[in-house]
Amino acid sequence: MMASLKKPWVAPLVALLLVFALFSVVSPDTFLRGANVVTMARQTVVVAIAAVGMTLVIVHGGIDLSVGSTVALTTVVVASVLKSGHGPWVAAACGVGAAGATGVVTGLLVTRLSLAPFIVTLASMTILRGVAKGIAKEQKIDADPRGLDTLLAPGTGLFGALPAGVWMAVAIAVLASLTLSYTRFGRHVFAVGSNEAAARLCGIDTGRVRVIVYTTSALLAGVAGVLEFSTLTVGDPTDSVGLELEVIAAVVIGGASLAGGEGSVSGSLVGALLMTVIKTGCTHVGLSNWVQEIVTGVIIASAVAFDRVRRARR
Amino acid sequence: MTRLQVRGVTRSFGKTVALSGIDFDAQAGQVLAVLGENGAGKSTVMKILAGAEAPDAGTIALDGAPFAPASPAAARRAGVVLVSQELSLCPHLSVAENVVLGEEPTRGGRIDRTRMATMVADALAQVGASGRIDPGARADTLSIGAMQLVEIARALVHGERTRVLILDEPTSSLDREDAGNLFRLVRSLAERGLTILYVSHFLEEVMQIADRFTVLRDGATVASGAIADTTTDALVESMAGRKVDTLFPRSARTRGDVVLSLSDLAAPGVRRASLALHRGEVLGLAGLVGAGRTELLRAIFGLAPVTAGTIRVARVDGPADPRHRLRQGVGMLSEDRKGEGLATTMSIADNVVLSRMEPLSPGTGWAGRLASLLGLVSPSRKDEVTRALATELGLKYEVPSQRVADLSGGNQQKVALARLLHHDVDVILLDEPTRGIDVASKAQIYALVDRLAARGKAVLMVSSYMPELLGVCDRVAVMCRGELSPARETEAWTEASLLAVASGAAA
Repeated sequence: MMASLKKPWVAPLVALLLVFALFSVVSPDTFLRGANVVTMARQTVVVAIAAVGMTLVIVHGGIDLSVGSTVALTTVVVASVLKSGHGPWVAAACGVGAAGATGVVTGLLVTRLSLAPFIVTLASMTILRGVAKGIAKEQKIDADPRGLDTLLAPGTGLFGALPAGVWMAVAIAVLASLTLSYTRFGRHVFAVGSNEAAARLCGIDTGRVRVIVYTTSALLAGVAGVLEFSTLTVGDPTDSVGLELEVIAAVVIGGASLAGGEGSVSGSLVGALLMTVIKTGCTHVGLSNWVQEIVTGVIIASAVAFDRVRRARR
Repeated sequence: MTRLQVRGVTRSFGKTVALSGIDFDAQAGQVLAVLGENGAGKSTVMKILAGAEAPDAGTIALDGAPFAPASPAAARRAGVVLVSQELSLCPHLSVAENVVLGEEPTRGGRIDRTRMATMVADALAQVGASGRIDPGARADTLSIGAMQLVEIARALVHGERTRVLILDEPTSSLDREDAGNLFRLVRSLAERGLTILYVSHFLEEVMQIADRFTVLRDGATVASGAIADTTTDALVESMAGRKVDTLFPRSARTRGDVVLSLSDLAAPGVRRASLALHRGEVLGLAGLVGAGRTELLRAIFGLAPVTAGTIRVARVDGPADPRHRLRQGVGMLSEDRKGEGLATTMSIADNVVLSRMEPLSPGTGWAGRLASLLGLVSPSRKDEVTRALATELGLKYEVPSQRVADLSGGNQQKVALARLLHHDVDVILLDEPTRGIDVASKAQIYALVDRLAARGKAVLMVSSYMPELLGVCDRVAVMCRGELSPARETEAWTEASLLAVASGAAA
């Protein structure tokens, strides 16, 4: 019991439940309605899936600032492929594949040229945004979604009220979480982030781990991009500006350390949900956007401060 | 009046008691050697005096007045300055800027360049470095010896104010010439009335320059007196807390086949090294810091390139990276436990199995094969392995999932060793295996090394602590400026002859 209390995601989970309870009490007839809960789950999906990838990146001691651009690029690729007459599966695969390719490049630049991931992904953030705008000729691409829009459409889910996209996010999160905790690769990710020199001393191919992590993260950003397209139903090269910061915030609120070696998928999901609940709740209570932004910022800072205290006490 | 009086100082970090009662006095114009093995608490005492840590209890008086500095800056203003073991110059700033750092003279809010130049020139003159160190040079262009002088100059920038100068292991990274210069400087500063606290575990240099000594062991003062009234042996005994020979058990060892052979090996920092390491023996590598011993181990293990010569492990010729070395049955314990040896934010169990998780997949039969293919690792098997090794090594811990960062230095070292045992390597490269750990853990590690050799493992061990080399090893080779001397049976060596070869005074 004591050991589980020490888990880094316990505090954000408590915060999530408290905030949820607070809004449920303050505005019970709108906030607590089933439809609203489903809406919040849907709204969290894009950030949540990208946050799973970002968790891997941050745990292994890196950072990826290109997530927002990758999502935008994916929506553009998906829309273009659909427009050229291909089916939804092909379009989704091309979108995810394009995103994955950017991850391979990031990984190789970080490992082979020993460039700082902050710099590499800062550059690719701009480059990918440019590529997306180039492909889309600086316009939104309209295309028949051919069913891709149902991924996140309300009330169309195979399993009850939640749409398929939400279940995808859950499945991805469970798989990633199990991989991190119970596989050699997962422990290697932690080891590289905790102490790369020690990982090398143990014969771990740290370069391989890094490339796989960046590729996986980019693939997940691609999946997030497909779901983003599902809500937008257009390819929008100017979409998701600043998404990466929201994703990083979710991971950090969830107890990850930007120095690497610490973090969890469950924590990151709680972080993502917490931000959605605050946003939605504030809207329901009638608080302006600027209040929501301040509250979110305060939550990020307090989450990290709380984590620091928790660690010092240990 | 007593310059510095320390009484009953204690300090704990969490559950670890670093200091359990420190008492000593130092007079003006005196060099007081503060002795003790690594982990005895020397550095903590010095940090407390320098205002970097606060004591939990106890009193300190400086020239009769209570002294409880709230910060290093406060200690400095009161006249107590620490020159720490890890030099702390800002590498991108100039020598002059480093010397006056935090004490920059200003006029009307701007730095007073003229006064700064005078202050710096005066401080450099006090350490005898006028004309030898250019105040305008960037700090990172200096040699280690020069950097140390700059650090001391920084301590003396308000020469009349400084009353106590603390030098923490000042010669650990200096060559002989720089060390000789430092000794002369220390004597001349003492003659000018400064009190020097000289922290070291090199007894030879202490006998040479100190007036008095105080010995710390396991966080307490265990002996004090005049240097003239003691001997090196007596100091070693009070530092170790027991007769030296009971520390080193020696089982019957049988020297077997050669498992590692080097012939004229060269690598960065290593000019030429030849040796043959047999199963069932412990071969020691003696030498001064910077002689190339660590570099040799790193080249063998594949962490540094081999530039010339041949290397052969069992039946495999040529260099290889750490991954392949581990597969060939070679493992290395790093001298830098926190920086390289362990992933300290991870659990004990994770660290123990990190290099070899393949045998830990869950299930049996085809399910087990599938699990292994997926790279699954069973937490319960991990814990099982960890518990067994922890018992063998006498590890003090609560649960296998405990973070390594929460263990003491000695226990962390046992975790790093447990990993080598879990990997079951045949050739064990140990780099300073007992550095910075308590005496009890040391004894356990000596016993472990003995058991490993008796079991037929081959151990190559680097150490700067000569009694340890002479106590544990079957043969010892000495490294001096990148050249490795031929290995000789331990009985053929004494501390003095090791030191002579290590310092290049004899071949």
